[in-house]
Amino acid sequence: MIGKIASVSVQWAPSAFSWFASVIRIEQLHKNYSVDGRSVSALRNINLQVRKGHIFGIIGRSGAGKSTLLRALNLLERPTQGRVHIEGQDITQFDSTELQQLRQRVGMVFQHFNLLNAKTVAENIDFPLKLAGQYTLEQRSRRVDELLELVGLADQRDKYPSQLSGGQKQRVGIARAIANYPHLLLCDEATSALDPETTKAILRLLLDINQRLGLTIVLITHEMQVIRTICDQVAVIEAGEIVEAGDVTDVFLHPQHAVTKSLVAENQALDLDALNHASRIPGSLLLRLTYTGAATWQPILSRIAAQTRAQMAILQGTIARIKDTPYGQLLVELSGTGTETEAVFGLFRQMQVRYEVIEEGAR
Amino acid sequence: MDFSQIDWADIGQATLDTLTMTGFSLFFTVILGLPLGVLLFLTGRKQLLEQRGVYALLSFAVNILRSVPFIILLIVLIPVTLLLVGTSLGVPGTIPPLVIGTTPFFARLVENVLREVDRGIIEACQAMGAKTHQIIIHALLPEALPGLLAAGTVTTIALVSYAAMSGVIGGGGLGDLALRYGYQRFQTDVMIVTVAILVLLVQLLQFFGDRLVLRFTRK
Repeated sequence: MIGKIASVSVQWAPSAFSWFASVIRIEQLHKNYSVDGRSVSALRNINLQVRKGHIFGIIGRSGAGKSTLLRALNLLERPTQGRVHIEGQDITQFDSTELQQLRQRVGMVFQHFNLLNAKTVAENIDFPLKLAGQYTLEQRSRRVDELLELVGLADQRDKYPSQLSGGQKQRVGIARAIANYPHLLLCDEATSALDPETTKAILRLLLDINQRLGLTIVLITHEMQVIRTICDQVAVIEAGEIVEAGDVTDVFLHPQHAVTKSLVAENQALDLDALNHASRIPGSLLLRLTYTGAATWQPILSRIAAQTRAQMAILQGTIARIKDTPYGQLLVELSGTGTETEAVFGLFRQMQVRYEVIEEGAR
Repeated sequence: MDFSQIDWADIGQATLDTLTMTGFSLFFTVILGLPLGVLLFLTGRKQLLEQRGVYALLSFAVNILRSVPFIILLIVLIPVTLLLVGTSLGVPGTIPPLVIGTTPFFARLVENVLREVDRGIIEACQAMGAKTHQIIIHALLPEALPGLLAAGTVTTIALVSYAAMSGVIGGGGLGDLALRYGYQRFQTDVMIVTVAILVLLVQLLQFFGDRLVLRFTRK
C-alpha cells in the first residue's frame, strides 16, 4: 500500500532542511497568560528537541501545560518568549502567509476530532488539499482515495461524521491531518475520547504511519500506556515545566521525579503497598530488578541460584514491552549472608540487570 | 357574518403585495444582515478578528435600531425611503424601512448562531492553514447552516408581521387591507379573512423553514 502512495506523491520532495536531525528545536520558551490583569505563567523555560522520524510524547496531568506546549509548535498559541525552530526555521519570526504555509505542512489531530459536520468523510479529507490550492481536482480525488484506503475507511467515503463511531471519526481526523504530506504530525490527546480497544487500534495506525512514511509525531497525553506503546522519547511536564525527559525505556523503568513515578505507577503491576502484607524473612533485602532487551528472555534467576547459595523469592513481576523493547521488572526478596549477597550483585552486573534496594533488613 | 361582500380581487392583490414585500425585504435583509452578523461574530471577544472598538460600535448601532419601535422607524425613515426608491408609498415604499428594521435583528441572530459553532472546528481549520475568509466560507457558514436557516425563518415571519404594520404609512398588503376595511370601515369580514390568510402564511413559512433546517442538519 505504501508503495502506491509513494509513487503518486511527487510532493515527497524533502525540504531544504530535512537533513537536520532535529525536526523541532524549542529554546527557552515561556508563555504567560493574563488573567484578570494578573500574569499567570503557563510554560516556563521549555527546551526540547525532537528528532526526525521519532515519536515524541509529552505527558502530564491536566492543566500541566502540555496542550499549550503542543500548540506552540504551530503557533496556535504564541509564546511570550523563546524560539520554536521547525526544520531549521524559527517559526516565531514568520509572517501570517509563511505561518499558513507552515500549518498546511504540519498535520494536527484532536481529542474531539473537530471534523466538519457539514462535509462528508471524503470532503473532510479533501479540505486541506483544497486549502493548499496546488493540486488539480483529479490529484485531490486520487489522494483522498489513497488516504481512505490507508486508514481503512474506503467504504465510508460519502458518510457524514455524525454517522461514524469515535474510532472512525479519529481515522478521518488522521487522514485529514496527513493529507497534504506533512513532515510533522501533532496529536492532541488523540485517543483520550476513545475506549481501550479503539485506542489500541488508533495507536497502531499512528505507529504504522510513522514507520511507513517516516513522519515525525509529537503527541500529548495523560496516559502512560500511550507513551509506552508508541513513543521513542518522552518529556514529563508539570506546572509548566519539563521535569524529566529522555528515552521512554529510561524514563519508564527508572523514573526520577515524583510526578513521573506516580504516572508510571498507574500503569504498572509493581504495587509496593500490597507488599506490606507479604510475610518476610528477617534480614532480607527487598530488591527491584530491571532488565531490558535480550536479557528479558534469559533464565537470570535460575543461573544465580545455580551459582550462589542466596535465596530469592519473587514477590511481583512484569514481563512486557515498551514499544519494541522487551523488559522485565521483578520485585524479589533476597536473603543470604553478606558475601552471598555481594556475589548476587556481581552476577546482576555481569548479566546487565539493574538492581535497586528498596528496603533493607526487613522485619 | 356575510362573506359574500368581500372583494376577492382586492384580497388576492393584497396577498400578492404582502408576499412581494416580504420576499424583497428578506432578500435585502440577508444580503446586508449576514455580513453584518459575521462581522459582529468575528470582532467579538476571543474571536478570529477580535476588535473591541469595532464590535462595540456595531453592537451599539444594532441595539439602537432594534430598540426603536417599528412603527416609529417607518415614519422616521420616510425621507430615506424617498431618497432610495422615489416614493414612500405602496410596496416599494415599504421595503426600505422593512429592510432597515429587520437587518439588525437578523444580524444579531446570525451572530448568536455562529457562536454556537464548535470552536474546535475553527481551531482545526486554523491548524490546517486556512485563511480567515476560507474559514468563514468553508467551515463557519456551512457548519451554521441549519441555525442560519432557522434564523431566516424567524426573520421572514417577523417581516410578514412588520409588513402588516406598513398600512399605517400607506403601504400595501394584507395588513393594510385589514386596517382600512376591517378597522376603519368596520368590515369585520375582511379583517377575519386577512388575518386568516396571515395565520396560514406564517404557519406555512414555519413549516417549510423547519423542513429546510432538518434537511441540512448533519449532527
